[in-house]
Amino acid sequence: MASLKDLRNRISSVKSTQKITSAMKMVAAAKLRRAQEQAEASRPYAERMDRMLGSLADSVAGKAGAPALLAGSGKDDVHLIIVGTADRGLCGGFNSSIARESRRQITALKAAGKTVKVLCVGRKGRDQLRRDFSDLIIDTIEDIAKPALKFDSAQAISDRVIAMFDAGEIDVCTIVYAEFKSVISQIVTSQQLIPFVASAKEEDEAKAGAENDKLVYDYEPEEEKILADLLPRNLAVQIYKALLENNASEQGARMSAMDSATRNAGDMINNLNRVYNRTRQAVITNELIEIISAKEAM
Amino acid sequence: MPENKVEFELVSPEKLLVSKDTDMVVVPGEEGDFGVLPRHAPMISTVRPGVISIYEGKTVSEQIFVAGGVAEVTPTRCTVLAEQAQPISEIDPAVARQSLQDAKEDLADAKSDAERKSAERQIAVSTAMIRAIA
Repeated sequence: MASLKDLRNRISSVKSTQKITSAMKMVAAAKLRRAQEQAEASRPYAERMDRMLGSLADSVAGKAGAPALLAGSGKDDVHLIIVGTADRGLCGGFNSSIARESRRQITALKAAGKTVKVLCVGRKGRDQLRRDFSDLIIDTIEDIAKPALKFDSAQAISDRVIAMFDAGEIDVCTIVYAEFKSVISQIVTSQQLIPFVASAKEEDEAKAGAENDKLVYDYEPEEEKILADLLPRNLAVQIYKALLENNASEQGARMSAMDSATRNAGDMINNLNRVYNRTRQAVITNELIEIISAKEAM
Repeated sequence: MPENKVEFELVSPEKLLVSKDTDMVVVPGEEGDFGVLPRHAPMISTVRPGVISIYEGKTVSEQIFVAGGVAEVTPTRCTVLAEQAQPISEIDPAVARQSLQDAKEDLADAKSDAERKSAERQIAVSTAMIRAIA
């Protein structure tokens, strides 16, 4: 049985662990609030972009000469998967669930005979995928959310993806990230970026539809030119949105992971304290027995 | 919403910058400036780097520099999506000139097409910015 000193040491080490996890929880909570605010602030832009693109896409649909970003390159051979994860761990199943979904997709695409390329945003995704697919990872972008997630960084990624697409290196581009539902629930989502798919959110369309149905837009310059300008912008916006969601999800996941770690540490301290007290009492009882039996023997 | 007003919104990816009812907005379109009054015909246009002027009554109440974007106009609304926007009063001439200088150097150093293109874009933005405050 552990001695009293050992128990005391264990209790104090669990206590200091608990202090760290509860501090991390508070930090995550503060960061989560900021991430959520940022995600909300970016929503109006994305919504309006969606609305414009929707009406533009309708008006060029079926016409020849639609931009390649909308119509696709006509092939379906090379897939680029952008894997958005965190740079740091200690956030529950956040990184592994994104990595698992990416791995599933990569395996399925490879089984279908496609070529797959992987672009990792965040160290943890690369670390987990490197074991199986090290030859597919073309690059890793680290520390994107440091000190704050900027639109410019999303723009840089999007420029790169477009350059690859224009050079014919990729045909389809998908991003895998975790959508933020609440602190305890983040949903791993994969979204196709190229070719562009109009997001078919029914409630939005019902809302916008009433107003937009009767509007026939004039375009200046013509539709194709605007689309050629708008689609790359939209790609950057979509990537930015995904990264923001991811950022909020990461902080949410970390917060709930650290919360349960703090609670577990508390339980552990209680148990250890009980064992400690019992052992202490046993030692006292033992000493008493020794004294009494020594007295009786005299 | 009051009659005879245009609901003007200026949105950047990071946040909603301006949202107010105005009497007229002048937007620097790709193919020339256009003024938006209530009951304007619906249209979508790209925006070149330049100045958006917001009118209250007959006078300009606010001037905002945008570095390009897209504008959507409906009979009651004018929405401008811009990556970068700044009120004219907050532009520092020294900074604007410096960024033009930097962009010119970048253009001289540019090795790839992509670098050249982004430098050219930066030059256009900085030139428009300097013209806006001049």
